[in-house]
Amino acid sequence: MSEHEVKKLEEIFEARIARDEKIEPKDWMPEKYRKTHIRQMSQHAHSEIVGMLPEGNWITRAPSLRRKAALLAKVQDEAGHGLYLYSACETLGVSRDELFEQLHSGKAKYSSIFNYPTVTWADMGAIGWLVDGAAIINQVPLCNTSFGPYARAMVRVCKEESFHQRQGYEIMLTLCKGSEEQKEMAQDALNRWWWPSLMMLGPTDAESVHTEQSMKWKLKRKSNDELRQQFIDQTVPQADILGLTIPDPDLKWNEETGHYDFGEIDWDEFWQVVKGHGPCNKERMKARVDAWENGAWVRDAAMAHAEKKQKNLKEAI
Amino acid sequence: MKKNWPLWEIFVRSKNGLEHRHFGSLHASDAEMALENARDVYTRRNEGVSIWVVESKNITASNPDDNGELFEPAQDKVYRHPTFYELPDDVKHM
Ligand SMILES: [Fe+2]
Ligand SMILES: [Fe+2]
Repeated sequence: MSEHEVKKLEEIFEARIARDEKIEPKDWMPEKYRKTHIRQMSQHAHSEIVGMLPEGNWITRAPSLRRKAALLAKVQDEAGHGLYLYSACETLGVSRDELFEQLHSGKAKYSSIFNYPTVTWADMGAIGWLVDGAAIINQVPLCNTSFGPYARAMVRVCKEESFHQRQGYEIMLTLCKGSEEQKEMAQDALNRWWWPSLMMLGPTDAESVHTEQSMKWKLKRKSNDELRQQFIDQTVPQADILGLTIPDPDLKWNEETGHYDFGEIDWDEFWQVVKGHGPCNKERMKARVDAWENGAWVRDAAMAHAEKKQKNLKEAI
Repeated sequence: MKKNWPLWEIFVRSKNGLEHRHFGSLHASDAEMALENARDVYTRRNEGVSIWVVESKNITASNPDDNGELFEPAQDKVYRHPTFYELPDDVKHM
């Protein structure tokens, strides 16, 4: 195809998206669109999968059967989210194995938030409330993104997320209505998860590299800073109901803007964690790689069994 | 790792009276495992009463490049639609 022809196809393609038409896997698409989607969807899938680890830490120690069943169901949902997204990603011609390889080798990123430790039960509350809360804000606009398989996966994901956030908030609520120590535990969890949750919505607009193109392709509908503001505005009143204090002395309602003003985010910490130097990066990757490698013989055995059954069936005919 | 688990396409009937609809795909070593995994991945909240699994390689799909040839001829066949036929207003029940 000549350069001119590609240019023409690109114009037709962009016009389709501008008209709100969906792009399906076999449609012609610019190479950059394909690559960007593989990167974003796989990063998203990796985040869901790695995101199971911090919460998995507390399943066996949940304080009641009710809490345990809920946490187990939530973690299982996250596995499901990862699988929907990996499948959507594979429609673009990349294999599951390649995607895992990219995660395990550190080439692919996942959300930095999952590199923080979960040291008390209250962290299960804070994660559901804040981390899933921030994830919902990120994900809802993606239900209308231009790539069909991604949009469909996100519709399913979003339907399931609201239970995650509610179960987390309920944990916080219970702790806050409990003893002095329990309330302190909830406050401590909020203190530790607040800033990482704000960082989770991505670098400031000034630092964000992909925004313009992503807006065009509907991979993004609002900027990181807008999403962050939305998250803060909706979360502060929820903290008030819990009777907890947001760990930001500069946080203040601004009558003029109709939003909360907030303090400086420590972006150095964010970039440190992204670059692999967070408190749990190594531990998370080790857990992932171990699970994959130690499971290899099971995958091989299942495949050998399936092939043998096929062979026996053929011979019987 | 010798061989990757093949890819399966999953179709779910959400309730009797409705058709099976494509829900997504997953990897499994054989059809039985594909069914079991589909149950866990796609029907955790009563989304289905019946599941079909088809190995993806067995699906033949039309190519979007042929869309013109395949689907455009239907566009100028307005006589296939009831509104094409002009009847007087006093003809009822038609
Ligand atoms: Fe999720
Ligand atoms: Fe979630």
